[in-house]
Amino acid sequence: MEEKTAAVTMRNITKRFGPVLANDKVWLDIYRGEILALLGENGSGKTTLMNMLSGIYFPDEGDISIDGRPVVIRSPKDAFDLGIGMIHQHFKLVDVLTAAENIVLGLEGKLDLKSAARRIREICDAYGFEVDPNQKIYNMSVSQKQTVEIVKVLYRGADILILDEPTAVLTPQETDKLFTVLRNMRNDGKAIVIITHKMHEVEALSDRVAILRHGQFVGDMLTKNTNAQEMTNMMVGHAVTLNIDRPEPVDPKPRIEVEGLTVRSIDGILKLDDVSFTANSGEILGIAGISGCGQKELLEAIAGLQPVEKGSISYVNDDGTKEELIGKDPLAIAGLGVSLSFVPEDRLGMGLVANMDLADNMMLRSFRRGRSVFTDRRSPYRLAENVVRDLEVVTPGVSTPVRRLSGGNVQKVLVGREIASAPTVLLTAYAVRGLDINSSYTIYDLINQQKASGVAVIYVGEDLDVLLELADRILVLCGGKVSGIVPGRGASKREVGLMMTKLGGKANG
Amino acid sequence: MFDFITFIPRAVMQGIPLLLGSTGETLTEKSGNLNLGIPGIMYVGGICGVIGAFFYEAGKTAQEMNTFLAILIPMLCCLAGSLLMGLLYCFLTVTLRANQNVTGLALTTFGVGFGNFFGGSLIKLSGSELPSIILTNTSNIFRRHLAAGDSTGVFGKLFLSYGFLAYVAVILALVISYILKRTRTGLHLRAVGESPNTADAAGINVSRQKYAATCIGSMIAGLGGLYYVMDYASGMWTNNAFGDRGWLAIALVIFTIWRPNVGVLASFLFGGLYILHMYIPSGMNLAVKELYKMAPYVVTIIVLILTSMRNKRENQPPASLGLPYFREER
Repeated sequence: MEEKTAAVTMRNITKRFGPVLANDKVWLDIYRGEILALLGENGSGKTTLMNMLSGIYFPDEGDISIDGRPVVIRSPKDAFDLGIGMIHQHFKLVDVLTAAENIVLGLEGKLDLKSAARRIREICDAYGFEVDPNQKIYNMSVSQKQTVEIVKVLYRGADILILDEPTAVLTPQETDKLFTVLRNMRNDGKAIVIITHKMHEVEALSDRVAILRHGQFVGDMLTKNTNAQEMTNMMVGHAVTLNIDRPEPVDPKPRIEVEGLTVRSIDGILKLDDVSFTANSGEILGIAGISGCGQKELLEAIAGLQPVEKGSISYVNDDGTKEELIGKDPLAIAGLGVSLSFVPEDRLGMGLVANMDLADNMMLRSFRRGRSVFTDRRSPYRLAENVVRDLEVVTPGVSTPVRRLSGGNVQKVLVGREIASAPTVLLTAYAVRGLDINSSYTIYDLINQQKASGVAVIYVGEDLDVLLELADRILVLCGGKVSGIVPGRGASKREVGLMMTKLGGKANG
Repeated sequence: MFDFITFIPRAVMQGIPLLLGSTGETLTEKSGNLNLGIPGIMYVGGICGVIGAFFYEAGKTAQEMNTFLAILIPMLCCLAGSLLMGLLYCFLTVTLRANQNVTGLALTTFGVGFGNFFGGSLIKLSGSELPSIILTNTSNIFRRHLAAGDSTGVFGKLFLSYGFLAYVAVILALVISYILKRTRTGLHLRAVGESPNTADAAGINVSRQKYAATCIGSMIAGLGGLYYVMDYASGMWTNNAFGDRGWLAIALVIFTIWRPNVGVLASFLFGGLYILHMYIPSGMNLAVKELYKMAPYVVTIIVLILTSMRNKRENQPPASLGLPYFREER
């Protein structure tokens, strides 16, 4: 193996946010021609550490050297000048501008979009990107936006790239494409840091891993010398089991029957086309599909939030009688025990009010209960405390506004509340989006508990590996149509992946 | 027969203050600042110009006045006054992150009060019988136009019969449009108004952009007040005569969907609608006149409805309009 030079050395980096110690004397080396995976639980300080490298935050203590030269990075501009570029988890792009305009944003000199477009195409050709410089950002898919972010960083001549959870919003196919590009860049001698929670990605992509726990550096090693179990144990600090339980469904009975469901969006676009399936009690029905293939509309239609063009959705009572849900008001549907927890890309958009505290957010579900004109504040408060304790939510207290919590903790609050309402049908979408491995497993356990107690769970997931391990049956959506329903046991990733991109998945299979 | 040849120049002159006001406001809004203080700022711009001109003109005959100074002094006073208003707005909303709507409305109330107070004082000082100040000499200089305007018939009357500030207004609108659309400065400014944290991450100084755009915008709007007094009203300042033109200027921003170049013609249209009631015979029924005066607002509402219905992203207000920016807020 050839000799590699340390592009970045970080020594004794410490960063405090008020009383919270986000990074505590962290050491980190980043090498050129290598992909480093930075691992850690939510809130372990990975993003903070990388933000200090990219000039968003300034370290309280410690030294950073680039190519052996000590440097001070005070602003994103300083970082650019040193060749450091970061692709943030929440894209920093202006929607109404074109790709090219976004890419040249903040640079000096005369505005020449033509020559910028030319250079963008050169970069794209060199690494295998596909970007139309003149396309507006708001017309782009998530993966295209991410590509623009990467090109933006390369355009500025960065040779040290940091990607913060780049695959969280990508489909498996898009992820593969991204990885190919990242490998191309590594072979081109660039230093790449990737923050991720997905172990199989770490194993597939990275050359070396570095692990943080509670703001401290735990260790680094070559990826080929370690395995998922060891890395997880280092992240969490104690041994954890990495198998997702999949108990056999107990006495499954049809709970929700969907027949010929067709839904159009407000703009008249067909979102769901003749969708039929049955969800059984005591069973997890996984829903797979490229994002935007109608998953959201499906769950919302069941919850009564989405106008339906035609078809029927019936709720089957224990005694076998059926009730039509279409046309019922969402409150009545929720009254039947149908509970929806949807975690959108920004995590706060649905279900939680950012400026309200944990207890008040719990109350959003329960404020209608009770007889007097006054609301019952005590039980939501207790519920909030329970959720905080059971799901290990990191928060100063239950009267902290939700917006102050880190993303993963926000999700625990949301999912915890929905489960606490003792539903008969649990609709959940992207429940573990962006969560670290330990919290994800907590959520899987919770979902399994619900399944064991006879709840019909409909689980929309983005991580195919998890769906394959967790779900009893998998319904694959493709462009709003049912591409097929396969049993979770024994289904292959390849098979499901093909069904996601092509109806039926058989052609050129 | 409707007399277009007299109507159009009047409409243009009526439109120029609106054009200046809306150009200034568009520039401001592009930085994400919704400055509802524009009516007050235009008012302050007007009265500051009047104050400057009043003291320069006092005790001089028309012959003794230096053309250059007679323009420069009111102009500088007007710019300084509106700049201070803009700075005040920025300090409150950008530095202290106060609510933009409240701050803007307060500035409008303040500006109108400020104008009326000093207007009243000057009227006292001049010892005039009428409740107004008349600065005929200065106004004559401001209204001077090319000799060709009188000798080229209809063409001259329509295009060459205005004071220099009218042309400045049109040029400013076109230049600002060009800057916003074609230059790096404009790109950065738009980025700040759309998504300040993106701009910040790209290394753009958000506060500086907001200050610059708002202050320059305020000065442009202030010129609208100056034009109104010196040119349109022939140098006569009467308290409250400026009326609701400031609000019309803000309506014009929406009407033009944040495009100052569109504003050139749109402002003339607004000006025309504003004075239409004087040209349409409505008999003695004053209520009908009032209905006509509503026309610009009705048109604005129609445009709002149409742009909302078409729902094109480019036609929407800057995404972070009215929101304060604080880097560490999540």
